Amino acid sequence: MFQGIPIQPEQASSIARQVDYLYYFLSATAIFFSAVIFSSVFYFSVRYRRRVESEVPKPIHGSLPLELAWSIGPGIICMFIFAWASILYFRNANPPEGAMEVYVVGKQWMWKLQHPAGQREINELHVPAGRPVKLVMTSEDVVHSFFVPAFRVKKDVVPGMYTTVWFQADQPGQYHLFCTQYCGTNHSQMIGWVYVMQPRDYENWLSGGGGGNMASSGERLFQRLGCATCHVPGGGGRGPQLQGIYGKPVLFEDGTKAVADDAYIRESILNPAAKVVAGYKPVMPTFQGQVTEEQILQLIAYVKSLTKDQGNVVENPSEDKATPKMKAPPAGKKP
Amino acid sequence: MSTSNPSPNDRRQHYLNAAYGLRSWLLTVDHKRIALLYLGSITFFFFIGGSFAVMIRMNLLTPDGSFLQAETYNKFFTMHGLVMIFFFLIPSIPAVLGNFLIPMMVGAKDLAFPRLNLLSWYLYIIGGVMALSAAALGGVDTGWTFYTPYSSTYSNGNVVIMGVGAFVAGFSSILTGLNFIVTIHKMRCPGLTWFRLPLFVWAMYATSVIQILGTPVIAITLLLLAAERIFHVGIFDPRIGGDPVLFQHFFWFYSHPAVYIMILPAMGVISELVATFSRKRIFGYNLVAFSSVAIAMLSFLVWGHHLFVSGQSIYAGLVFSVLSFMVAIPSAIKVFNWTATFYRGSISYDTPMMYCFGFIGLFTMGGVTGLLLASLAVDVHLHDTYFVIAHFHYIMVGGAVMGYLGGMHFWWPKITGRMYPEIWARFAAVIIFVGFNLTFFPQFMLGYLGMPRRYHAYPAEFQVLNVMSTAGASILGLGYLIPMIYFIWSMRYGKPAPPNPWGATGLEWRTPSPPPTENFEEIPVVTEEAYDFEALARRDAAALRNEGELQNG
Repeated sequence: MFQGIPIQPEQASSIARQVDYLYYFLSATAIFFSAVIFSSVFYFSVRYRRRVESEVPKPIHGSLPLELAWSIGPGIICMFIFAWASILYFRNANPPEGAMEVYVVGKQWMWKLQHPAGQREINELHVPAGRPVKLVMTSEDVVHSFFVPAFRVKKDVVPGMYTTVWFQADQPGQYHLFCTQYCGTNHSQMIGWVYVMQPRDYENWLSGGGGGNMASSGERLFQRLGCATCHVPGGGGRGPQLQGIYGKPVLFEDGTKAVADDAYIRESILNPAAKVVAGYKPVMPTFQGQVTEEQILQLIAYVKSLTKDQGNVVENPSEDKATPKMKAPPAGKKP
Repeated sequence: MSTSNPSPNDRRQHYLNAAYGLRSWLLTVDHKRIALLYLGSITFFFFIGGSFAVMIRMNLLTPDGSFLQAETYNKFFTMHGLVMIFFFLIPSIPAVLGNFLIPMMVGAKDLAFPRLNLLSWYLYIIGGVMALSAAALGGVDTGWTFYTPYSSTYSNGNVVIMGVGAFVAGFSSILTGLNFIVTIHKMRCPGLTWFRLPLFVWAMYATSVIQILGTPVIAITLLLLAAERIFHVGIFDPRIGGDPVLFQHFFWFYSHPAVYIMILPAMGVISELVATFSRKRIFGYNLVAFSSVAIAMLSFLVWGHHLFVSGQSIYAGLVFSVLSFMVAIPSAIKVFNWTATFYRGSISYDTPMMYCFGFIGLFTMGGVTGLLLASLAVDVHLHDTYFVIAHFHYIMVGGAVMGYLGGMHFWWPKITGRMYPEIWARFAAVIIFVGFNLTFFPQFMLGYLGMPRRYHAYPAEFQVLNVMSTAGASILGLGYLIPMIYFIWSMRYGKPAPPNPWGATGLEWRTPSPPPTENFEEIPVVTEEAYDFEALARRDAAALRNEGELQNG
């Protein structure tokens, strides 16, 4: 009769099995301690049941060795579990070098995803098997959470900041994507599928569509919003030049420093006065309300693509995907 | 101790017949009458909250959630959580049993501030009325967690009324905690030193400390939320310069300790039941007492384990994880010591003890599954799934409600002067235990499989387990109705209760059932440790001899 009851979620990522081993160990520990308690209570309550109404058993005040044993023993087991779980968590928190990136924007009640090569998806994510994938995520409205049970990964998607999550899918197939942070009326409809494909199928899928890669969309925006007037390649504009700054430390007027990462660029677009680059004046207007979260991600992709020597970006997705890294330096001139 | 049965015709004055009329109840400052006011009101809220749960489970019978609309479903689970937590669980044992028992257990005539006690009940009622009117005006759909910016900006519900309701009810909790602390410090009778106190008093003391330190934080947080919602001051909404994760920190800084406000009193009740029904002093009394205090302190340091996937720093996650494992240890000490108390005891299976066994089993399961959620890498998978739902229902329903029902059966004779029907009571205890497990055990499995919480509809592969859970909930719901019926029945038709029907040691059993308004005919003097059943037997034997001499002489 229990044949219809599923017991175990699919294991479709490189970490799923590792998380499950810890889960099994924890379940075994939980069952062991419950069994010790249940069987002792059961045995004592039968063995020492009241036989004579007036009986008064001898009091026992306690035992220090026993108290120490049952505090320290479980304490040691707890510390062992803590260490195991934390090591795994740390390893799972840091994406490996060269992970392919996909940008995710959550909004009530859908997932919008974009590949650097330009493909956009809604409530679906196509990824190749056997390759680490890093998601850079933000929300347009309320807090959401990106959860793929088969991969054992979950991360909140928070408005106003970027969170990341990564996985390496190793089983081609179709897996549930759930929003797990309550986000309003249709929270339970904010679901979708992750399609894990053979690398070759993925290449085919990738070449099937997409409207220009993210960096080139970003470049068009960069021109349209007039950013290029001040952020002149090579310097000399009213704003700092942006070539090659991504991932490098930037010195500010107040003497502090920060690395130019996604969050910094986002802040500089929405709240330029917060951190002013040394040698420049706080003249840049805010773009709050003029750009969507997706457009900000495109602008970031554009800034990322700018190298020291040139201000131009890759355009041709077929060439782009041929390079092993998605955030590879430009492979060709814009025609 | 005299064991003669007062006949029903006995016109002895006691707190129930001291005065009649609505006015005598609504303006009473007798802690026992106020306890009964709370009993009536929390029972009302329990059945309100329970009916929301029934609707939720009905809706989840089918994967497409055809029973309720999504918006209605969201409002129902929000109301279920808010009503059960703020208007049933938090006041349950403290405001009913604590109110009734603490003065009696310390040998006092009343709490330190009787009028403040009545004010607490009125604040609770005002908060409750606001919560119900928020529901009547169209409901709230934020979840009981009120996460921003959904609650502050996007939700269309009556968030402000609901928040103010919880805010006002919070003051009831703070003032009750204050009253208990002062009473326990200042009003213990001669000879009643700290280490002669019943463990229920220790547990209530620890609970009160959390209430007065933690509740102001949720009050402040709800005010900030209202400020953002009404005046658009940027605190939590990133669009106007706020930080949504900050809200989660503030919220859980209160709401995790609040879990211990719900479970510590139940642990106190269980210590009383274990001792009484095995006629033995609690094994390791001091450690059980101190573990309550340790839990109260550690409870303030673990809030961040609700934020392991929130974008909080992974190093913060590390600290909160290790502290969460540490809070498991004092809880484990309690369970081990209760178990050891049974060793060489004289164990009877009266109804309170049935609930006590139920508590130990379910609380243990709730506790050990907590270890999985404290483990960082595993929590990432289980977070916000049904595993969490199952875990905290094992603690709050399996633990706190079982403890509350055990306590209600234990002290019912003292409160009403009547016995409940034992057969029905044992039957109900078994039904509740079975129904509970059938409801919530499948949810552990659902959570591991990945079913998210707060889903109005779900993928079809989760249906079998959901049907089991709903079936269990039906049994559980019926189980809760039975005590309600026989308790009411027993108030009129139950056998009259002797002063000490269980042969228990506490001071409350040395006074008639129901007690006189001033609790004791003369202020008791304590000369022995808690749970000294040998001394009790000696006193009973002496009383019997005296009676015999009186009759003969």
